[in-house]
Amino acid sequence: MPSQRPDPDALLAQVQAEEVKQARGKLKIFFGAAPGVGKTYAMLEAARKVGKEGADVVIGYVEPHCRPDTQALVLGLDVLPRLEIDYRGTKLYEFNLDAALALHPQILIVDELAHSNAQGVTHTKRWQDVMQLLEAGIDVYTTLNVQHLESLNDIIAQITGVVVRETVPDSVFESADEVELVDLPPDNLIERLREGKVYIPREAERAIANFFTKGNLIALRELALRRMAERVGEQMDVYRDKHAVHGTWPARDRLLVCIGPSPFAERLVRATRRMAASLKAPWIAVHIEGPNDANLSESSREQLTQTLRLVEQLGGETVTLSGQNIADELIQYARSRNVTKIVVGKPRQPLWKELFRGSLVYGLTRKCGDIDVYVISGDLPPTTTPLRPPRIIPGSRLNYLWATGVVLICTGISAILSRQLAPTNLAMIYLLGVVAVALWLGRGPSIFTAIISVAVFDFCFVPPRWTFAVGDTQYVFTFLVMLITGLIISTLTGRVQFQAESARRRERRTAALYAIGRELTATQSREQIAKIAVQHVMAAVDVQATVLLPDKDQKLVAFGQNLNDTSLNIHSEAVAKWAFDHGQTAGRGTATLPGSQGLYLPLQTSRKSVGVLGVIPLSSKSVDFDQIHLLEAFAGLIALALERAELEAEADQVRLDIETERMRSSLLSTVSHDLRTPLSIIIGAGSTLLEGEQTLEPKLRRELITSIIDESERLNRLVANLLDMTRLQAGALEVRKQWQPVEEVVGATLARLSRQLADHPVTTNIAADLPFVPLDDLLIQQVLINLLENAVRHTPAGTPVEISARRETDSIVIEVADRGPGLPQGELNRLFEKFYQPATSKNRIGAGLGLAICRGIVQLHGGKIEAANHPGGGAIFRFFLPLDGTPPPLPDKDLLPTIPDDDGKGTAT
Amino acid sequence: MTTEGPKILLIEDEQEIRRFLRVSLNGHGYRLLESANGRDGVMQAASQQPDLIILDLGLPDIDGMEVISQVREWSKIPIIILSARGQEHQKVDALDAGADDYLTKPFSIGELVARIRVALRHVVQNAGTSEGAVFSVGDLRVDMARRQVFLSENEIHLTPIEYRLLTTMIKYAGKVITHKQLLKEVWGPDSVYENHYLRVYMAQLRSKIESDTARPKFLLTEPGVGYRLATQ
Repeated sequence: MPSQRPDPDALLAQVQAEEVKQARGKLKIFFGAAPGVGKTYAMLEAARKVGKEGADVVIGYVEPHCRPDTQALVLGLDVLPRLEIDYRGTKLYEFNLDAALALHPQILIVDELAHSNAQGVTHTKRWQDVMQLLEAGIDVYTTLNVQHLESLNDIIAQITGVVVRETVPDSVFESADEVELVDLPPDNLIERLREGKVYIPREAERAIANFFTKGNLIALRELALRRMAERVGEQMDVYRDKHAVHGTWPARDRLLVCIGPSPFAERLVRATRRMAASLKAPWIAVHIEGPNDANLSESSREQLTQTLRLVEQLGGETVTLSGQNIADELIQYARSRNVTKIVVGKPRQPLWKELFRGSLVYGLTRKCGDIDVYVISGDLPPTTTPLRPPRIIPGSRLNYLWATGVVLICTGISAILSRQLAPTNLAMIYLLGVVAVALWLGRGPSIFTAIISVAVFDFCFVPPRWTFAVGDTQYVFTFLVMLITGLIISTLTGRVQFQAESARRRERRTAALYAIGRELTATQSREQIAKIAVQHVMAAVDVQATVLLPDKDQKLVAFGQNLNDTSLNIHSEAVAKWAFDHGQTAGRGTATLPGSQGLYLPLQTSRKSVGVLGVIPLSSKSVDFDQIHLLEAFAGLIALALERAELEAEADQVRLDIETERMRSSLLSTVSHDLRTPLSIIIGAGSTLLEGEQTLEPKLRRELITSIIDESERLNRLVANLLDMTRLQAGALEVRKQWQPVEEVVGATLARLSRQLADHPVTTNIAADLPFVPLDDLLIQQVLINLLENAVRHTPAGTPVEISARRETDSIVIEVADRGPGLPQGELNRLFEKFYQPATSKNRIGAGLGLAICRGIVQLHGGKIEAANHPGGGAIFRFFLPLDGTPPPLPDKDLLPTIPDDDGKGTAT
Repeated sequence: MTTEGPKILLIEDEQEIRRFLRVSLNGHGYRLLESANGRDGVMQAASQQPDLIILDLGLPDIDGMEVISQVREWSKIPIIILSARGQEHQKVDALDAGADDYLTKPFSIGELVARIRVALRHVVQNAGTSEGAVFSVGDLRVDMARRQVFLSENEIHLTPIEYRLLTTMIKYAGKVITHKQLLKEVWGPDSVYENHYLRVYMAQLRSKIESDTARPKFLLTEPGVGYRLATQ
């Protein structure tokens, strides 16, 4: 027995939806059947009431119709300053969205939800302003008339004969938290109109005559009440769901509507949307591209794009398929998506065409099986719907000329062969011509060729020759077959060509996506990704593209942009920013900031927006729906790549953090051990000296003093190394390179270490012709000191140490070699790591920083350092310093010092 | 506390270092004046007329450079600076600004006393000019009256610049001399030459008077600072 408890998943979804709603502001709509029923009045009254209860209410915008009683209600409430827009010399006043967001009141009053904003305002429609307010967490009170609802648009037009241009998507209405119906019987409304309470008297008369007829008002009122009832019904459903009130549930429906490039399609879409809403079913709009779609006029294309956009606005899914037989394609797709109802338009083509080509409705009803088919009638005058306007493709006139040429060639060949072949066989030559024309020149020219061929064949080769008269009636049959065959061939060839073309197009699209995908996978940096993205987008779609990525302050910076492009002016930046912040496409051809030059698609990942893809069409054409889909696919791939790059960077950071943490802990152990040992020796020796001032033997005293000094030096070295390492890691070590001889640094180092090196004979082997090297002598001296000290520490007294330097193509190699026990094999690469201690060493001698510092310094010089074992025993450390650039010019031979010469000015740094 | 012997002013903010230097320098026969900050140091330098100043570069109140330039406005008292690691470039600036020598902390008292001696000797030499005298260290002998240079009694031929470089080094024998100072002294105050130019001549000079150029006995290199002519 099924449980009567609510479904947990459904409850969770509901809780989440409620959470989102809590963060969002609440929308309250005062809904009416017609202007003048008192919506604004009711809204302001409600606002005053909550205002009195202590809520922070601000009037964002109230239409200044100057109705006195309404005006009176405004008094005493805070009013937001209106936005003043200069539109072709006249001043327009609009709702000031930015000011409202900045003020952020608890409740904002915004009249007329369906209002269309003037050009130059962020959004084209006021309902978009309201959506943004809600997103920002501001509660909004607004008003709406039933005639402005998008899905009712066509019905209203049918009833009143007036097409309402300002519409609000039903989803906005449905998302409202509260809808209050403001109702007034039509008689009272007309009375109010007469009294001049709605419009000024003269306008009122005209309004009553045109729109506010009693019949219209009754119909509108019915629509409003019905819509309201629907909403209440939905609420009831939600309630039942929440409280597990189960009744009978119809099986889940799914609707599919087939649309084409005609204005009638919008009606189909609205009708489907209404059906879907009442069935609470998802719906899909399908457009099937046929062979003729390539010949569509620009306006038809525009119409199709607009229809598809309407579908998305109304919450439907859009799909574009391509195929020959619309009915077959539709049924096949419908079955694959478990569609239960198909909506199509009533055919409006002439009967003969239907008979000749077959009717879509007939095809559908025959093949639909258990799918219901709904046929919606269209009542628009056919003249306004040029489905396929006669249009000649550029170059097609030439094609007919070519076709004529082919016929001439066929005639020539036939003339040559006419003695050997019977005329019926000559017909085959013409058929060959028809096939050739169909293949290369398209359908029209091939039909043309078929007809002309029959005529020419008759005229030239069928006896009696040189007349169109036919001697033998058999030839009539030949003509007929020849013509039919020609026509079939041309149709078939055209079809094959269309299929090949659409396959090619799909292939191109897939290839473009594949190419960008593949290249993006191999890319790491954001800049690189942006560059590749721009290249591919520009190659695939005829646009100028940029990728905008946020910097640290979330300011968008353009990447991969063409240098000569001036597209990113301040205005576009604002559009891009909006797209980025809201994760929605904005700009040209969309509802948000449509006046801008470009189209901006957000690069969205599961977590957030990571950037914006901006495109500006190169031609004056706007980007069509197909291209937008492709761009969206591109945007998805780019976003993924960017997210991956970001995640990788984060992972690197984490790795670095771990490494730093590891270093910090080894630093602690080093500090505790390596600092304490010398300190305890110093303290011990010092206190012994103090206590035994009188009694200690001079030799013993001296020993203690020596160990104090030795340990202090060891401590000094450790502290110095730690400081150097810190500076290296912090990037605070500045390299001041100067061109200088290696022997100078070697000499200075040997002089400084003379005491430590006393027990080790040092030989130097510096090539005589060694050039000057660009190096920082202080830092390189540090490297040599560390290497020599290591050599002294790890080798027995008396063993020799050799320092040598030589040139190797474009670098100088400096080696420090000892004759000690050598280095542990297999750990040569790890020697230069921080805190590395050879596994074999029994007691720690240093902190394991010296070689790491050497590596850091050498790398700062652009060189490398390596360790090896001497073939004859002992360790070799060698580092390479690159000979970058050219040394400054040498002075002329011994210039007299008293006459400084300008030419002697060096370029050393 | 001794009442004779040279007077040394120590400007150093670390009390422990002052204590240690007081004990050690008194032991070597110097009288020590102490100052814990730069302003007081400048005042004492003016009022007490010390023979030498030991100046720590990292002072709490004013920059050591500031002390040097203030003192140099009216006096040529030798100044020895004490610098810490990581202050290499400040050290060179201080030397160029007029300090005479430097020591890097930590240092041994032996080194300090040697530097003090050299500095004080130069004051004496400058008083009674050494022009025309003969300078010799180890095998090297320079007869400045005759403009002759000998290495173990063999005369060495030097070009005019090499000779001038060597005599300039002799003038400051035992003291560190920065690249900039050398360029100025040898090539004139308007010298536009770079350190690289100086190094070329130094290498030439070394190849003539040093037996092993990688381990010079006379012309010692002070990395990052300049050169020093050995006096023993």
